[in-house]
Amino acid sequence: MGLEARELKIGYGEKVAIKNASLKIDYGEIVSIIGPNGSGKSTLIKALSGYLKPKKGEVLLDGCNIKGIGGRDLAKKIAVLPQFKSSPDDISVETLVSYGRHPHLGFGKRLMKEDLDIMEWALEKTGLIDFKDRNILTLSGGEAQRAWIAMALTQKASILMLDEPNTYLDISYQMEVLELVKDLNQSLDLTVVMVLHDLNQAARYSDKIYVLMDGMICKYGKPKNVIQSDLLRDVFRIEADVFEDSVNSCPYFIPNKIV
Amino acid sequence: MKCLNKNSMLIILILIIIASFFISMGNGAVKMSPLKIINTLLYERDTSNFQIIWNVRLPRTIVALLVGINLSLAGAILQGVMRNPLASPSIIGVSAGAGLTALIILIIFPNYYFLVPIGAFIGALLATLLIYFLAWNAGIMPTRLILAGVAVSSLFGAGNNALMTFYPDRVSGVISFMVGGLSAINWQDVRMIGPYTLVGVFLLFFLPNELNILTLGDEVAKGLGINVEISRFRFIILASLLAGSAVSVVGLLGFVGLIVPHIARIIIGSDYKYLIPGTLLMGGSMLMIFDTIARTLFSPTEIPVGIIMSILGAPFFLYLLRKRRGSHGTRSKRT
Repeated sequence: MGLEARELKIGYGEKVAIKNASLKIDYGEIVSIIGPNGSGKSTLIKALSGYLKPKKGEVLLDGCNIKGIGGRDLAKKIAVLPQFKSSPDDISVETLVSYGRHPHLGFGKRLMKEDLDIMEWALEKTGLIDFKDRNILTLSGGEAQRAWIAMALTQKASILMLDEPNTYLDISYQMEVLELVKDLNQSLDLTVVMVLHDLNQAARYSDKIYVLMDGMICKYGKPKNVIQSDLLRDVFRIEADVFEDSVNSCPYFIPNKIV
Repeated sequence: MKCLNKNSMLIILILIIIASFFISMGNGAVKMSPLKIINTLLYERDTSNFQIIWNVRLPRTIVALLVGINLSLAGAILQGVMRNPLASPSIIGVSAGAGLTALIILIIFPNYYFLVPIGAFIGALLATLLIYFLAWNAGIMPTRLILAGVAVSSLFGAGNNALMTFYPDRVSGVISFMVGGLSAINWQDVRMIGPYTLVGVFLLFFLPNELNILTLGDEVAKGLGINVEISRFRFIILASLLAGSAVSVVGLLGFVGLIVPHIARIIIGSDYKYLIPGTLLMGGSMLMIFDTIARTLFSPTEIPVGIIMSILGAPFFLYLLRKRRGSHGTRSKRT
């Protein structure tokens, strides 16, 4: 059980971004998708979330093709945060978070006691309870990203997909977001699928890593089996020394030069 | 304005719209107080006052109210759906379509002038569908839709200008339609617009959540379970029906649909739960007041309300825009 993609081919018009990709994500895992620019990371995650229809192949959720799952039902199982999100600059954190309840609301879209409780819980979980009346615009980058994650949490989905959640964030906010993701994964057993740019972060926070190159998955597995000097050289074109981080028990590397 | 909470703001707007109604009803050649108006409507059936109120002022005031509501709601919907602050009913071809069909009828078939409302309404809807069709390419990108709208509008505009060039002697009857005005309004016109207003307002009270979510972008909206293409198409058609029914009766009052949603946004914020009631209250009040000014300022000569709207509305809008510099609600933030 979980999310499975079989032989996906995905493209925009004539252009093919993903040639052939199969992957399997089990419930409770944190899975990262990495790869150089233009390798098709965002395209792949968009197909996994059902936003893009693959030209070939299928995405199965618990064995069912997600093509056949209605939009609202899918939203109750998979929550998605794209890389670029826009929000009106005068809504409060609480209002943004309430939108996550949309797939659960009945006709008339009124928030019931249960919905308000879940919003409260999500704000608590993301440490934003004191920020709930704040305007989105006044938040720092990390706080804003947490607010979006809180919105996704109120969907009560079992899978959370994040496309480069750290773009444009300072290093401390990047850690803040990833620590939150880790905490949600451990305390809620939330399955996380994310596209990450920073390989050391992917190595540290993932249970499993898929590496994309030229629209194909060229390697996957546990971080220590993936983040190795030959992969860094062949896929990311850098010469690097790989070490073991004994505190976090994960690999990390220091880049030396471009190959 | 920030210190007032949104619900009290709405109550103030309700009081303003009631006041606007009585100002519009009470002013003209014969001035009447609100009490007198109510008394006349309830107890006098045969007096000349009743005739003025019932046959002239009431339909005209109601049409001003409905037109204001329809156009500004259409603008508010489109600005949200297209995520573009410049979106207005003219961008989806309502003005161009209604204008061209009205002109064809008025200039080439002047004997069929009574078909103008129906023709303009159909023209508006067809123009919207044409633009939608032209902009479609495996889905609708708001930017493509807006560009297609601009292109089709200028094409239709060329048709209008050609007609006016070839038939210069018949242009005078057309100008009032192009500018937009509420003279010679009767109960028939109320029946023409009213149903769309009722349906539109009813639907919109159930849909603010969907509009709010559409402003977050296609990917987020889809992730929250909204079928973005279907939802956007429904909203665009609803906007076209609202605006089309209005312009078919009163002519091309394009400005209302652009400006009122923005004023409402500045005053009440961009959450559609408040923006929709705020916009319709404000649009209704504004048109009733401006029409009163239009017909009383140089009485007995009437100025088309479209002119008053632009002369008074634009500076007021610019004033609000400058006063709230930097926090205008339609700008988006990327995170």
